[in-house]
Amino acid sequence: MIDPQLFQLICFYAFGAVTVGAALGVISLRNTVHAVLSLVLTFFSTACIWLLAEAEFLAIALIVVYVGAVMVLFLFVVMMLDIEQEKVREGFIRYLPVGIIVALIMLGEMVALIGVRAMHAQTMGENPATAMGVSNTEWLGNALYTQFLLPFEIAALILTVGVVAAVALTLRHRGGARHQSASQQVSVNPRDRVRLVKMATEYPASVQPAPAQPSAGDQETKP
Amino acid sequence: MPNMNDILILLPELYLVVAACVLLLLDAFMTPARRGVLHWLSIGVLLIAMYLVVAGQPEQTVTAFNGMFVRDRVAEILKVFALLSTALVFVYARPYLIDRKLYVGEFYTLTIFAVIGIMLLVSAGNLLTVYLGLELLTLSSYALVALNRDSSLSSEAAIKYFVLGALASGMLLYGMSMVYGATGTLDLVQLHTAAVHNTMPNLLLFGLIFMIVGIGFKLGAAPFHMWIPDVYQGSPTAVTIFIGSAPKLAAFGMAYRLLESGMGDPSIAHHWQQMLAVLAVLSLAIGNLVAIVQTNLKRVLAYSTISHMGYLLLGLASANSEGYAAAMFYAISYALMGTAAFGVILALARAGFECEEVDDLKGLNQRSPWLAFLMLLVMFSLAGVPPMFGFFAKLMVLQAAVNAGMLWLAIVGAVFAIIGLYYYLRVVKVMYFDKPVEGTEHKPQADVSLRFVLSLNAFALLVMGFCWGPLLEWCKSAFAA
Repeated sequence: MIDPQLFQLICFYAFGAVTVGAALGVISLRNTVHAVLSLVLTFFSTACIWLLAEAEFLAIALIVVYVGAVMVLFLFVVMMLDIEQEKVREGFIRYLPVGIIVALIMLGEMVALIGVRAMHAQTMGENPATAMGVSNTEWLGNALYTQFLLPFEIAALILTVGVVAAVALTLRHRGGARHQSASQQVSVNPRDRVRLVKMATEYPASVQPAPAQPSAGDQETKP
Repeated sequence: MPNMNDILILLPELYLVVAACVLLLLDAFMTPARRGVLHWLSIGVLLIAMYLVVAGQPEQTVTAFNGMFVRDRVAEILKVFALLSTALVFVYARPYLIDRKLYVGEFYTLTIFAVIGIMLLVSAGNLLTVYLGLELLTLSSYALVALNRDSSLSSEAAIKYFVLGALASGMLLYGMSMVYGATGTLDLVQLHTAAVHNTMPNLLLFGLIFMIVGIGFKLGAAPFHMWIPDVYQGSPTAVTIFIGSAPKLAAFGMAYRLLESGMGDPSIAHHWQQMLAVLAVLSLAIGNLVAIVQTNLKRVLAYSTISHMGYLLLGLASANSEGYAAAMFYAISYALMGTAAFGVILALARAGFECEEVDDLKGLNQRSPWLAFLMLLVMFSLAGVPPMFGFFAKLMVLQAAVNAGMLWLAIVGAVFAIIGLYYYLRVVKVMYFDKPVEGTEHKPQADVSLRFVLSLNAFALLVMGFCWGPLLEWCKSAFAA
């Protein structure tokens, strides 16, 4: 029987490795569609790590919202745009050495400062949801609408600004574009559209008694 | 649970949110010909918000929503001047916007949303509120910069601003997460005590460094200043004037909340004091030296902003109540000077003519002596010539640095103030002693409200040079604890 703690640790490292590998794939894969797919994998394995941390709601939300909606949209955009891959990657090799050096320095600093080496990374205390004896989602909902109400509302405001900005930057009133005016259509009066005209009955050409060709001259002089 | 009391504390912000939404709806149902109503209504909205801020100010510091929101004297003063300078921006921007077919309701709504972000940011009592307030401010700013979507320069500026801004927000957020990891709290008051008795000082410092990167970016302090010249030059001047005024107050408020409220204990403060001193010296040097070689007036003012942020950092680096008061005094003076300087550019611009180059001001004294004189007042104040407002602001900051035992920093500040004189006085020389260029002889447009308010603004810089006492006392009262 495997020790549950050990199992958790193994899972954590496995998912962590997949996350880092997939994230590397996002920036290094040649094909843009593959890059997006490996971003999906990054999100998925991150969600698994969150599950290990007992943040079930966040994990599901990450998969439903990001993988299910945002990344699918991303994939559509990437497929439709037909990006010239050579052009995008132009500066990659040139900046690679500098990038690697900076990344290595930062990694070294982070490892030294955060104390991974000394293995004194500690847990942040008990999970508040378990302490209260409620499910993760319930606890999150409670916290969001009481303790974190103000940030929650500000986030809503930020989304509003996003909508306003998107409309302001993309809405164009093009000259010459034809569109319908619903209010004009609804308020129209039947008399403006259809005019009833009284006129003498006319017969179709085939039914009309054809006047005899030779006697045309006689007919004209008749009245 | 939040109650009625919390909502009353937040009244000015809530009022502005509702007003912004009403303005948005009004704009949708109003014909473009009647947009003037929206313009004056927006200014009225800001002035009423200012009244609500001052009238509802409680005697004691109060907090709302579990300490997320702090209403104290510091927030009150910063909010009053942020609202005032935004109202000035609206008055100055109108003719420019009309000439460039940018006179749309979104300009007003987005600016008001940005102001709400500023107000939340300077009142933040929690790392979350700091971050969200900042995002509200910057997101609105990105959209404003890109508002002139047919101009490639404007779009380029917006993309640069957006990418670098997102990077800076990421840095700030990363730093915050490290600080949270080290202390286990997001609340700034709790952070203040938790930071002292900390088992992971390295992690805390690591987070602090990243937070200072974020602050440096938002202030536009060197070496995080790269975006400032391009954004100032690329965005429509009506937007530049906003970005160059009220958000500086917000950046000061953010720095004060994060550094003093959160990390203000002397055992930690001496770390960030040194970092801010380095940022200050770099900003003073880069701002003043690079401004000398600029020919574009908006870029000159952009580099001048960088150097002014250096002076502001001098005050912050003192890390005592005198230094904070001086820095806030400086931020207020800069907001008023910045609006006036860009206001003159807006007054001179007309359809098809931006008045962006320093050479465009040649012989301004012959064309429009009054505007030339106003520009002279503004330039003297920016340069810090006595007895202008800007002189006393510089004096306070340098004095605070000397009293805090940073004599060398004060000397650097004074030396660069003299170097900076060159490019401010060059503008004055061009206006008064150069011959006008052929084809620029005609007089600037006369928009009565713009000219009147601009004159008031520029003369305020002179008057404040004589009666700066009450304002300084007000600033000092905010930090007297």
